[in-house]
Amino acid sequence: MTRVAQTLRRAGAALAVGSVLAFAPAAQAEETIKVGILHSLSGTMAISETTLKDAMLMLIDEQNKKGGLLGKKLEAVVVDPASNWPLFAEKARELISVNKVAAVFGCWTSVSRKSVLPVFEELNSLLFYPVQYEGEESSRNVFYTGAAPNQQAIPAVDYLAAQEGVERWVLAGTDYVYPRTTNKILETYLKDKGVKAEDILINYTPFGHADWQTIVADIKKFASQGKKTAVVSTINGDANVPFYKELANQGIKAEDIPVVAFSVGEEELAGIDTAPLVGHLAAWNYFMSVESEANDEFIAKWQAYIKNPKRVTNDPMEAHFIGFNMWVKAVEKAGTTDPDAVIDAIVGVAVPNLSGGYASMMPNHHITKPVLIGEIQDNGQFEIVYETPGLVVGDEWSDFLPDSKVLLSDWRKPLNCGNFNTATGKCGGQGS
Amino acid sequence: MALLAGLLAWTAAALAQDGPKAGAEALRALVNALGTGGYSQTSDQISALAATGDPSVAPVLQALADGDLYVREADGAVFIAARAGKIYRLRDPLSGQDAGEAGRKDIDKIKVNNSLRRAIRAALGALTLQAGDPGQRLAAAQNLFKTRDPEALESLDAALAKESDPGVRAAMAEARAALVLLAPPDLSAGLAAVATIAARGDREALTLLKEAAAGQGEVAAAAARAAGDLSQILQVWDLGQNIWYGISLGSVLLLAAIGLSITFGVMGVINMAHGEMVMIGAYTTFAVQELIRTSAPWLFDYSLTFAIPLAFLISGTVGIAIERSVIRWLYGRPLETLLATWGLSLILQQAVRSIFGATNREVGNPSWMSGAFELGQLTITYNRMWIIAFALFVFALLMFVLRQTPLGLQMRAVTQNRQMASAMGIRTPWIDALTFGLGSGIAGIAGVALSQIGNVSPNLGQGYIIDSFMVVVFGGVGNLWGTLVGAFSLGVANKFLEPFAGAVLGKILVLVLIILFIQRYPRGLFAQKGRAVEA
Repeated sequence: MTRVAQTLRRAGAALAVGSVLAFAPAAQAEETIKVGILHSLSGTMAISETTLKDAMLMLIDEQNKKGGLLGKKLEAVVVDPASNWPLFAEKARELISVNKVAAVFGCWTSVSRKSVLPVFEELNSLLFYPVQYEGEESSRNVFYTGAAPNQQAIPAVDYLAAQEGVERWVLAGTDYVYPRTTNKILETYLKDKGVKAEDILINYTPFGHADWQTIVADIKKFASQGKKTAVVSTINGDANVPFYKELANQGIKAEDIPVVAFSVGEEELAGIDTAPLVGHLAAWNYFMSVESEANDEFIAKWQAYIKNPKRVTNDPMEAHFIGFNMWVKAVEKAGTTDPDAVIDAIVGVAVPNLSGGYASMMPNHHITKPVLIGEIQDNGQFEIVYETPGLVVGDEWSDFLPDSKVLLSDWRKPLNCGNFNTATGKCGGQGS
Repeated sequence: MALLAGLLAWTAAALAQDGPKAGAEALRALVNALGTGGYSQTSDQISALAATGDPSVAPVLQALADGDLYVREADGAVFIAARAGKIYRLRDPLSGQDAGEAGRKDIDKIKVNNSLRRAIRAALGALTLQAGDPGQRLAAAQNLFKTRDPEALESLDAALAKESDPGVRAAMAEARAALVLLAPPDLSAGLAAVATIAARGDREALTLLKEAAAGQGEVAAAAARAAGDLSQILQVWDLGQNIWYGISLGSVLLLAAIGLSITFGVMGVINMAHGEMVMIGAYTTFAVQELIRTSAPWLFDYSLTFAIPLAFLISGTVGIAIERSVIRWLYGRPLETLLATWGLSLILQQAVRSIFGATNREVGNPSWMSGAFELGQLTITYNRMWIIAFALFVFALLMFVLRQTPLGLQMRAVTQNRQMASAMGIRTPWIDALTFGLGSGIAGIAGVALSQIGNVSPNLGQGYIIDSFMVVVFGGVGNLWGTLVGAFSLGVANKFLEPFAGAVLGKILVLVLIILFIQRYPRGLFAQKGRAVEA
């Protein structure tokens, strides 16, 4: 055992010396700013996260073509946390302490974000998190460029109630923190609006659930009671394909029971024949079908970079686009990549988004976004049927949960607090 | 808004008064109006078009619902456009005549959303009640049953008087009953409506009857009685539905586990890469379909026929290669086998990810595996039905191979007593390889079937590996009949627990039950007896 360990250590040391020797001349010749990319390239989440890694590489490449940042080239450091949550924390530590990256772009699932959060706070580095999430969190070191529940779930429910006249609701989700919190918020919100408890059906399924026959039959049964019914789906990941296949086969049409999803985008639809699904909905802050010059340009660059004219773009890619540009702008404003300076400089920074408007970083480290509702088309794209009139500011502590509605987050001086309790006037309510 | 509605009303009135030529022009103006304004305007325009009662409007509305209606930017005229390469071919929506072509930038699609599609469906319901095609008339009657538009009663009565097709007639009678049920003109009509609705016997009927039962008088009382009877009948159907779903889930478990019952059950190899053999079969289906899509699209409905033998060969070959290169050095060392095959499963996953990409791949359903049919109150989807049949077929085939062929005889001989079999001149190493190949090949075939109901991604196999082991252990290691019975009983148990306990808790309960069962009967349902087991 000890001998093996010694051999390993020796080998490790040799490798380390080797790499220092190999890289030392390059480092002297040209100093770079390192950017960490923390996305799973293997395991369950590789299906979604690999695309984001490629998108980040493209953005960094673009920036270097424009001359880099602060006169230096950017250098991407890609690590693979392999869909393994504890490994996310290890890899984050490696990126910050060993590779000395200036900022990290990464994570997809909430559990991976929760796993790396203490590392970023301890080592005082920056994380840009690009995926829609359940809220109820605000960290000084994390920038949430995806949607909070009020930027996705609540406008979607409002749309269904107003435009489709929905009175009965099925809240179907995968059994983990994001769907549970989102459904808790939605349930309170619907009840506040006067929906009765018997008109709400909440259903959870395990990850990767493949047999949807009973649940789809239950939805049909629930919807046959006369009132207009809709399904709000927080079903995540691989379970979506069999769910939509079962919907299509059992002949549930969007005109009868519309399904609005928060985790189904262009990438997820790529694995399904969408002809029987026309009219089912999704709520995002970006669709590939958005008509704007910025979007056309982005799609053209992406397809050229990935060398596939059929590759699609999606919402988390736009979130990285916004997050990366915000970081670049904040670094230019601060004149340094020092995390404290960047954290101070980034609040208030506004950059163009892909739907023809601007996104600004708010004091709670969330950004402003338009909310779009799209209907699935037979070509696997979404047609936008509704857009919020203005931009919506991400609300980190939901106003619809009793414990968190008194909390607010403001990382500017002098408050500098992620969970300020307005009832007691003190920093440090629950959560954080 | 009001102005527009006024204009539409005026054009509709003008249409009714003037001669045919002026009428055609006014109709064309109404159709062109579809290209203006937002969703709420389009909704008014649809009702205006439907109000003309002109049957030639029906194809226009259908095209709108299908998203084929476009407006030409130059003059605001509306056409049905079909994509032909880089340009669009235009057709006049009313006459259907060719109207030239247009580039992508010259025309705009008229957007529709769900509420517009519903409005179109309601409008079409009244318009197509007397269409030539019985299918269209049936759809119209069924739509009316759902929309319950009281204004359609007159046209429904007219259509009912002329209808000759018995099926369509029944649907129309149901629609009529639904229309009059809540406000019947007299007692006998009300009672007749209750009887017609009750005879329909589904959940919609129950809802309607319950609504009618809320009122006062004899009709309401009759409706309440009918609703009571109907809900009892529906409960029996629910039971039937649970059994069917259970069998369907059982067939999926059987397919996933049947290959493992050879490699693990008969040979005793703990093969953690079993799920990846299933995945390889699914990717073979994808590759076959891709090839067919690009080179011979007319063969698409037969794609599975090509995919099944190919999947067997590819997964089987990979299986033999694994046995020859890794597993044969590890016989009798279950822990090492477990670790080695688990590592192999990761390697195979990452290999597929590198070749095909990390995202889901689309495997289409052939037309004979899409959709569903109604059997009483059961909705039976074709893909599930064929998968049940296929699982049983594969099982029978495997039984035949093991019982009736020389290969099967040698396999059983080697697993029962290796030394004796070897002494009889059987080349045991090669039988080991072939047995492992057979189990893997069967897993590949399962992958073809499973690609029809789930997604095809590098992680596909992981979802099935635990369930497969559960079925084989529960059924009794080494016994194919045990695997069959185990798969179906687990499927049915799962589906009976799911409505009470929910999907998450249901699965946990099944696991707890299996643990208790294995405690009591460590060798599973069909324990093997005899000296071979003791050795």
